[in-house]
Amino acid sequence: MSQSYDRGTVEDFGRWRSFSAGMWAWIFHKFTGWVLIGYLFTHIAVLSTATTGPEVYETTIQGLESLAVVRLLEVGLLAVAVFHILNGVRLLMVDLGVGLEAQDKSFYASLIITGAITVASVPTFLSGVF
Amino acid sequence: MADHYSSFDRSGTSWLLQRLTAAFLVVVLAFHFFLLHFVNHAADVTFAGTSARMSTWTYFSLMVLFLLTATFHGVNGVYNTVVGQDGVTGWKKTAVTAVLVVASLLMVVQGLRTALVWTNLF
Repeated sequence: MSQSYDRGTVEDFGRWRSFSAGMWAWIFHKFTGWVLIGYLFTHIAVLSTATTGPEVYETTIQGLESLAVVRLLEVGLLAVAVFHILNGVRLLMVDLGVGLEAQDKSFYASLIITGAITVASVPTFLSGVF
Repeated sequence: MADHYSSFDRSGTSWLLQRLTAAFLVVVLAFHFFLLHFVNHAADVTFAGTSARMSTWTYFSLMVLFLLTATFHGVNGVYNTVVGQDGVTGWKKTAVTAVLVVASLLMVVQGLRTALVWTNLF
């Protein structure tokens, strides 16, 4: 039997201690979504250097990739993308009514798998920059 | 049982398209990351290499679809957050919609222009 609770607004961050797993998932999904759409605009802007010529494109990409901070940001981007993908699959399942009773566990699983994939990717992302 | 938390009205076309593009993007975003960071490293990217990939119909059409679906999914997500959830109305809603539509069009046009520079399919 479903029951409604007055949880107030999720945006009231003073209440974060009482957030449930689903509310954290909602906030993380929204945050990672903002990062990804922001990155998409940046990504297209950087790739657009190809319109001015092959040399400009290669100099831009290789110049950015030579910076350690860019490599670290890429690790962060991977973490954001992996979480958004995994939690997105979780949301598709929730929308289809599959595994609703385990929606909190699937959120924790998304976090753990994101962490594992991110840590495992660090050597690949940082190779050759230091 | 907690209430369903979502930025979306689950009865609309917007909700359905957001889910359909999500299902597509789950696969293509993972493929894109894997191909360009783990198979080919971003630091080793060359114009010729990108051009070779973009000169096959399969890869070119996949990337164009990726651009279109990612733009829609991202911008529609922002729209639903700002307009649907935060309840912006009136002239502010019109302004937000206009900015998002123009930004989307600019991104798609610029993305396609760049894609056409790389490919030799046309």
